[in-house]
Amino acid sequence: MKPAIGDYIDGLRAMLPLLPGAVPFGMIAGAVAAEAKFGAAAGIGQSVLIYAGASQLAATQLVADAAPALIIVLTGLVINLRFAMYSASLAPHFAGLTLRRRALLAYLMTDQSYALTVSRYGADGTADAATKARFYLGGGIAMWIVWLGATAAGFMLGSRVPPSWSLDFFVPLSFLALLVPGIRDRATATAAATGAIIAVVATGLAFNLGLFVAAACGIAAGYLAETWRKKKEDAR
Amino acid sequence: MSTTALWLTIVAIGIGTFVLRLSFIGLSDRMALPVAMTRALRFVPAAVLSAIILPAALRMPEGGVDPSLDNPRLIACLVAAGIAWMTKSVLATLAVGMGTLWLLQALL
Repeated sequence: MKPAIGDYIDGLRAMLPLLPGAVPFGMIAGAVAAEAKFGAAAGIGQSVLIYAGASQLAATQLVADAAPALIIVLTGLVINLRFAMYSASLAPHFAGLTLRRRALLAYLMTDQSYALTVSRYGADGTADAATKARFYLGGGIAMWIVWLGATAAGFMLGSRVPPSWSLDFFVPLSFLALLVPGIRDRATATAAATGAIIAVVATGLAFNLGLFVAAACGIAAGYLAETWRKKKEDAR
Repeated sequence: MSTTALWLTIVAIGIGTFVLRLSFIGLSDRMALPVAMTRALRFVPAAVLSAIILPAALRMPEGGVDPSLDNPRLIACLVAAGIAWMTKSVLATLAVGMGTLWLLQALL
């Protein structure tokens, strides 16, 4: 049997290529907080308390625009509604672990840690919850350290990365690398196409609701596509 | 915004975000998910990731969305998707995608 440390290292190795994308994003989040006159504690502390890039950026922007606090909180949370979907998707994988362990896993949830764990264990029914948790933590802890370091650096130095380098492009590219191998049939392809198109159409929705609405539509489209295919097969 | 109000705002988003993350993971020992929901959850990665990718791929450096087909980011994304499809390698996808974007930006 493989020693437990091996699972952490597997998780870290799977996460490694995704870490560079978090650096420019984190630096921007830190730099924007500094420009919005956050103190160092709040500017860097939000990375610990919120730990979600898009949400931090949107909230900081709204603070700078002197938006009402309720609007800021609502916007920050709506962007993170997708985490409830991830949580439901991960729940069966982590069932049986202690609540403390599951709380730690929940705190470290990111798009990357979620996508890596599901793409690795989604179809694998043999791995136990403890193994999956170690894989998830190996990458998740590394991402947390990088995110904190990047926002702190961005806060203190400003974002030193010129926009013309387009390093922000790392983020959609790394999600693309996780998305494509997961498209295995017509139903998942339908879900992906619907999610993508609705997300572009719904860009202007209030409170940044676009992402959640697009994700919900994509899931519904995939579900329906699968249901129709099954009905067709049953009719034969 | 006062320092206290700023902290309260950050803490409120932080607690709410943690609750969203913990929601189903926290309840996993007390309830089993309905079959229909389990079936729907299979589509979460495809639906959410693509909904993050396409708007980001069409975003212009100076803000706003450029849906035209000669948008270098869109072309680089399509090339990278092909590489991801063929190699299933994250590193190869990142390298070719970034390389394509830089090349197009230098040429266009």
